[in-house]
Amino acid sequence: MNSISQMLASSAYFGVFISLGAYLLMTAVQKKFKSPFLAPLLWTLIIIISFLMVMGISFEDYAQSASKISFFLTPATICYALPLYRQFNVLKKNFLAIILGVTAGCIGHFVVAAGTAIMLGLDKSIVCSLIPKSITTAIALGVTEEIGGIAGITVIGVCVAGLTGNMFFKIMYKALKIKNPVAQGLAMGTSSHALGTSSFDPKTEEVQLAMGSLAIVVAGILTAVLVPCIYPILESFMG
Amino acid sequence: MKYLKQLMIIMSVSFLAETIKYILPFPIPASIYGIAVMFLCLMTGIIKEEQIADVADYMIAIMPIFFIEPSVALMNSLGLVRGKVLQILLAAFLSTVAANLITAIVSSLIMKKGNKDE
Repeated sequence: MNSISQMLASSAYFGVFISLGAYLLMTAVQKKFKSPFLAPLLWTLIIIISFLMVMGISFEDYAQSASKISFFLTPATICYALPLYRQFNVLKKNFLAIILGVTAGCIGHFVVAAGTAIMLGLDKSIVCSLIPKSITTAIALGVTEEIGGIAGITVIGVCVAGLTGNMFFKIMYKALKIKNPVAQGLAMGTSSHALGTSSFDPKTEEVQLAMGSLAIVVAGILTAVLVPCIYPILESFMG
Repeated sequence: MKYLKQLMIIMSVSFLAETIKYILPFPIPASIYGIAVMFLCLMTGIIKEEQIADVADYMIAIMPIFFIEPSVALMNSLGLVRGKVLQILLAAFLSTVAANLITAIVSSLIMKKGNKDE
């Protein structure tokens, strides 16, 4: 390890600096080119991991600085109660369709994610990392931690979920004649969180957007409560 | 001072959520208890929307930065992922499509039934 690496590894601010810097850079790039393939979080991770590996800095040295940012993850997630409160009337009006639709989607996701991952011969820790991947990263990371998954793989899964929704689902609704705007929004929020939901047009697809953001919170809470409860059954299959 | 007060309220709920997680035996993340507590406080008027709105909306807007550090931890398990990237991507893609179709079909069926009953 050369002296620059040593300095960066022991720095109190370097981790914070590279995290915020890489993220802001990628947000600017995304804004310019507007491609869903440029998901800022994904590229931020690629930049930081590449840099740390090239410089020979360990994750632990990076984290002693950067963990000051992620300290705010739980308080920030709790703030999702506010949009939920603001949309309470929509929730009340379509209560049954929302709860049953989102629950069915969450359970279906759990079964298909675990099923395909096991069939493809993936390890238990990877299977666990993929199970919470349809929901918003804030809650998904908490669930992954509870069932012993790997945060980084969950983030990859969350990105795939968002990108798939963002790029393909509106085309799919047209092809399969799924026309109900409430159903479109709920499905998008349940399977592809904020990234998928953001593909709706705020001017012409307001209902889809509102239902999408509602489904993000409902699916997140349902998954966080259901997964740790059904998980032991799955564990007995994997041995 | 306004922002400090809002942050203080959010931090108090976080601390309460952590305490609930410590007491209850379920493997549920503290943030879920926090959302429930915050939602109940908003519904009952114990906390008013404008008492947290500025800081809460700001935190939600910058949410992705809080995931960076836990995700960079992936670099410690790259060996585990090596040679399995395609399988991971495929499982992630298929389960996303499944979750979407199931939610769309179930919720539109229920709404169709509800409209007929009316």
